[in-house]
Amino acid sequence: MASEAAAETAAKPRGGRLCTICNTKRAALKRPKTLEQICKDCFYAVLEDEIHRVIVDNHIFKRGERVAIGASGGKDSTVLAYVMSELNRRHDYGLDLFLLSVDEGITGYRDDSLETVKRNEIQYGIPLKVVSYKDLYGWTMDEIVKLIGLKNNCTFCGVFRRQALDRGASLLKVDKIVTGHNADDIAETVLLNILRGDIARLSRCIYSPNAYRGFAREFIKDLERIRPRAILDIIKSGEDFRIATHTKMPEQGNCERCGYISSQKWCKACVLLDGLNRGLPKQGIGRTRGLDAERNKDSRETNGTQSLQSKQCGSLDF
Amino acid sequence: MACNSASCESGCYKDDERPVAANGNASNPRRGGVNVPGVCLKCKINQTIAVTHPAVAGSAGEGGRFCADCFRSNLLGKFRFAVTSNAMISPSDNILVAFSGGSASRYFILFSHVLVTQKNFDASRERERVLPVFGVGVAYIDETTMCAEASSEFGEAANEVELIVSNLTPPTKQFLAIPTESIYSPELAVGRDSLKRLGDVVRDLTGKEDLNKHLRMLSLQKAAFDNGYNKIVLGTCTSRIACHVLEATVKGQGFSLAADIQYVDARWKVPVVLPLRDCLSEELNMLCSLDSLKTVEASQQPRAGINGLISSFVKLLQEENPSRESTIVRTAGKLTPFSFNKTPEVDDPNERLATKRRQKKYNLKPDKSQPPESFCLVCSSPLKKSNTSGLNGLALEETSAVIYAAACSSCQYQILPKDTSSMEHFLSLLPQSITTLAKDSSDSHMFLREQIQDLLLSDSDDGT
Repeated sequence: MASEAAAETAAKPRGGRLCTICNTKRAALKRPKTLEQICKDCFYAVLEDEIHRVIVDNHIFKRGERVAIGASGGKDSTVLAYVMSELNRRHDYGLDLFLLSVDEGITGYRDDSLETVKRNEIQYGIPLKVVSYKDLYGWTMDEIVKLIGLKNNCTFCGVFRRQALDRGASLLKVDKIVTGHNADDIAETVLLNILRGDIARLSRCIYSPNAYRGFAREFIKDLERIRPRAILDIIKSGEDFRIATHTKMPEQGNCERCGYISSQKWCKACVLLDGLNRGLPKQGIGRTRGLDAERNKDSRETNGTQSLQSKQCGSLDF
Repeated sequence: MACNSASCESGCYKDDERPVAANGNASNPRRGGVNVPGVCLKCKINQTIAVTHPAVAGSAGEGGRFCADCFRSNLLGKFRFAVTSNAMISPSDNILVAFSGGSASRYFILFSHVLVTQKNFDASRERERVLPVFGVGVAYIDETTMCAEASSEFGEAANEVELIVSNLTPPTKQFLAIPTESIYSPELAVGRDSLKRLGDVVRDLTGKEDLNKHLRMLSLQKAAFDNGYNKIVLGTCTSRIACHVLEATVKGQGFSLAADIQYVDARWKVPVVLPLRDCLSEELNMLCSLDSLKTVEASQQPRAGINGLISSFVKLLQEENPSRESTIVRTAGKLTPFSFNKTPEVDDPNERLATKRRQKKYNLKPDKSQPPESFCLVCSSPLKKSNTSGLNGLALEETSAVIYAAACSSCQYQILPKDTSSMEHFLSLLPQSITTLAKDSSDSHMFLREQIQDLLLSDSDDGT
């Protein structure tokens, strides 16, 4: 970009193309979403303004709410932290903001990102609260891996992490959680749900960590190169899909062990934890009977853990 | 079978590669759950295609699972089920088969006679014997004008296709070679010129490809109607539909997607049916290979732009997991179809009774949806009610804006020109069948005009 700008400066006596928004400063970048050539300040301005519009148009917050910002230390949550604190101040949302970070208890892994979040706390003046797997579940990932090895640890970490944000927020009496999921993430999820046959998730869009995501991610990057707006078009399609009402959707109820939201008798985390606590590392690994198994079906079979033990993938009623 | 966990240990992919049992004997094939490599999964007697015809089997999972006979009957079963459960074809029909030379439509032409067996139709016993066989004609679309680079290939392909058709077992099937410019008839020379210029005016590569696809359908429609056919058969198979699902998704066509992927599409003047919807292209290719059915390498250029990207993506996914294409289509199959996605009802009390019995037998829900109010004037996809959002930021005068609003968001973006002067030129290049639609929409959409009033440039704005 710097060399491009330099070349432009060399070619045009005035100092290159002007920003198409303010027409004053020199254009510093081409905005991926719209391909507009704009200056740095206008770029910040449009980004912040668009996010503000989304917040206002969708009535996302109420005055006085306690809002936890899911903070991983990555670029998305850092931008989120900055934007939330800035907009809260600038437009006087009246929100009580703080950063919520999850510590999985993996030595050497979270240390750097936690440092970044601590920096964010200082930079943006938002208090930081860290919840650990140890606090929430009684196990760190290191301890889990020691017990079950490296084969299915991703399942554990993913399930726990998904709930950790929720559980942590609930512990801290939070009204809303905000996360830094961006259009690429949503588009990727829509795609994955189509590819994997997850019609229930297609209407709920839940993040699920998965090696298979790599395929979809690669494809989306290639797609973006050809047509940047395609990412937003995927999201639009996802919103416009009309799903037949007679399609079986999982019933949402509550876990009998901990009260967390669950479509089964026990939530996934409880199933896994129970396994860990009883020295049964395979419990809950592999697919349970049918993605949309209804709760009453399940209660017929369950009197403990037998039906929840790992089943061969081939027994899926697809 | 599709497993999403990278660390899953069930080894479901590895079935075909499992080593032979250590004791050297093939395990008792009747014992449940044990798959002996090289022996058909279904009949458990014959050898699989991978063994008897290794050259044909290729990488498809099918070759390693079934013997030739079971494979044939499995494919035929899917085909027949699709046709009967949707009452796709009745004996009085006169069907035009769109034949590009590919294996899918080739298969249909060969096996269409199988559908004739009377017990497939819920007709009374006495009528069985006197019902005529449905008529079949074959259409080949000559895209020479639209793809100038490949003109000689199209010419050759047309000849080969005609040869195949003439060599089919009697009764003789009418063969129609349809140049795309036929939609401009009677002014064919003008049509050829307009088509060439259209190709230049539409800049977006994907838009160009999609426009060609829409024009192909229009040519087919015209040919069918003019030659007295009442139904069109396309060889669209599972694999093609899987690609279409992704294409529509990435183009923002989530609303209308369901319309294109059902067995029956009756929004057209001549309804279109897809009897091979449940068959994979891999299977159809294998069958044509097995039975030495002559096909013509589709003179399709490698698809460019987004469609090409998706094609390769799906191929990659399918190689990684042979049930991927089916999964994609099954997921998309859960989207609500439109009211025109069923065989149009005939005014015959017997037929209505037959339809009710069929719905009950195959557990189909009677459709309660309202027909959509309007269709995109370029691609005919059903339009959502609020279609004016794409107009923001464009410099359009009234008539152009109305045209714009009568198109879906995808065609708005990738096919229609972005300003008024180009729009007039663009409209002048379209065939009359589309421009009459445009004129109708212009005349009758007062409501639409009111909606877009705020977005229009008034004369004073541009200083004239």
